[in-house]
Amino acid sequence: MDIISAFNYPVYLAIFICIYGCLAIGLNVQWGFAGLFNAGIAGFFAVGAYTTSILTSSDLPDRLGGFDLPVPVGILGAMILSGIVAWPVGKICLRFRGDYLAIVTIGFAEVVRLVVRSEHWLTGSTSGISNVPRPFGNLPYTQAQIAYLALTGGILFVAYLLIECQSVSPWGRIMRAIRDNEGAAAAMGKNIPFRRLQAFILGATLMGLGGALYAHLNRGVTPDAIDPMIASFLIWIMVILGGSGNNRGVLLGVMIVWIIWSASELMTDQLPTEIALQAKYGRIFLIGLMLQIVLRFRPEGLLPEPLSELRIRENKDSPPRDTVS
Amino acid sequence: MMFLDLANFYLIPGIVMGSIYAIGAIGITLVFSIMRHTNLAHGDMATFGAFSALALFSAIGISPYLVLPLATVIVGFLSIVIDWIFYEHLRNKPKILTTISSLGVGLMLRSVVQIIWGVNTTAYVTGINKPYKILGLKVKSTEIITLGVSAALVIILILFLNRNRWGKAMRAMSNSPDLALISGIDNRKVVALTWFVVGVLCCCAGFFLGINTELKSMMGWNILLPTIAAAILGGIGRIEGALVGGLIIGLIEEMSLMVIPAEYKAASSFVVLLLVLLLRPTGFFRSKII
Repeated sequence: MDIISAFNYPVYLAIFICIYGCLAIGLNVQWGFAGLFNAGIAGFFAVGAYTTSILTSSDLPDRLGGFDLPVPVGILGAMILSGIVAWPVGKICLRFRGDYLAIVTIGFAEVVRLVVRSEHWLTGSTSGISNVPRPFGNLPYTQAQIAYLALTGGILFVAYLLIECQSVSPWGRIMRAIRDNEGAAAAMGKNIPFRRLQAFILGATLMGLGGALYAHLNRGVTPDAIDPMIASFLIWIMVILGGSGNNRGVLLGVMIVWIIWSASELMTDQLPTEIALQAKYGRIFLIGLMLQIVLRFRPEGLLPEPLSELRIRENKDSPPRDTVS
Repeated sequence: MMFLDLANFYLIPGIVMGSIYAIGAIGITLVFSIMRHTNLAHGDMATFGAFSALALFSAIGISPYLVLPLATVIVGFLSIVIDWIFYEHLRNKPKILTTISSLGVGLMLRSVVQIIWGVNTTAYVTGINKPYKILGLKVKSTEIITLGVSAALVIILILFLNRNRWGKAMRAMSNSPDLALISGIDNRKVVALTWFVVGVLCCCAGFFLGINTELKSMMGWNILLPTIAAAILGGIGRIEGALVGGLIIGLIEEMSLMVIPAEYKAASSFVVLLLVLLLRPTGFFRSKII
């Protein structure tokens, strides 16, 4: 074993951290900045993954697509289409209290799953789409992995910078104002449903980006890649554990959760096959428990958003602390 | 004959599924109007109820219906415990956090079911359940019992909410928790009582779903969306609305098979949900809370 291939596993982990980083920053725009509970992340992820697969894969007789377009076009298309499908979802439910968005996005993810599984002409149903090109795919394995890591890392870095700029801009302040005190923001003349819709679509675009990067990494996508609850749930824990509203915190959360998740997989793989199934679902139980523990003991996350005290610690209905004292 | 075919293939299954959705939707509506959050763990709680009834049945035997009361009590207390551990500390924080937490609780309950009972499909009793013929209508005994018990549950619940002191306290708290508190109602007891009632309803929904279809670990998650759609369609916070909404969703799901492929049956309730939110977000029976 030469020195480069010793890095294979860490590089593989790091690629996934970058992909999940895109998804988590997307969720942070929706939840951290705008307070929108999107429980259907996997739906947008799937839309992104399948869009780029259809656009960039080579032609097949019995299915739409195979346009053989360059990879950047595919990724861009994935982002745009995720944004477009987010529009009606947001338009319908952002007028109501937050629970409705959660319900409708769960439904959206389920419908996407149904479409992916049953429409053979579009998504190749259970066999999925293969022959998706991979950037730097011609290099030997280790070099290709490292090159892909550089690509995803670069994309994540750009996304992080852009969102960071956005969050300190007037737009970011409007979003936080709406999130923390909807009534006051409305009284200041802010168009609340429109702003929320903007944040929702922006977040969905980043989720589509994550899906696209995943499809190119695996040279294809199958319905099994998208287990709706697990994918959505992991990203939720990453964001809440890291610190919703703080992009750096979110990225830290991605690293911690993904490393724990992968390490636990390595451990359960050592177990005998009789209890392998139990171990698999035991891990899922533990991520559910992890969310509860974070919500209970550190709801503001490891790296809290500056000034987040008021939002998390107090009831929204009671007046903020500083006006009382 | 046309009408009989329609009734046998679509109306009867629709009404049976509808009454299962209705029991579930009443639970959703109770949680929403008293605790003010959407309980996304509802479906998985129903799964847990169905499987605990299965465990009791295989331990005690005789008939699955006999162990149902015991199972409902177990699930009722389980939901009180879940509330103590996972929801109580979030009570004074934004309600959306409780909704998030309930999604996590649902995931945990489902994985517990998968760990204990596995992921394979099972049933309470195997073998063919021969339908009776009444005036040309084919009805199975399980379907009659489902309808009968659901109707009894709804009547008992409505009487309880309107006549009993504790039922009135629940309604008072759903109107205004603060006002209820200053008129001497112990909010904590009402919350625990509500969770018990919700647990009982969940367990019945899961049990009847299992006895009319089959038992699998995803069964509850799969009925979550239609159940919530039923609650919203009827007007959230309204018992009678949840009942009507449940029946309508059940019928629409079965009737949709006439026009769309079977694999999209699950999507029909989602479409209904979107239409309701677009056209009449307060539901049939004007809900007070959106």
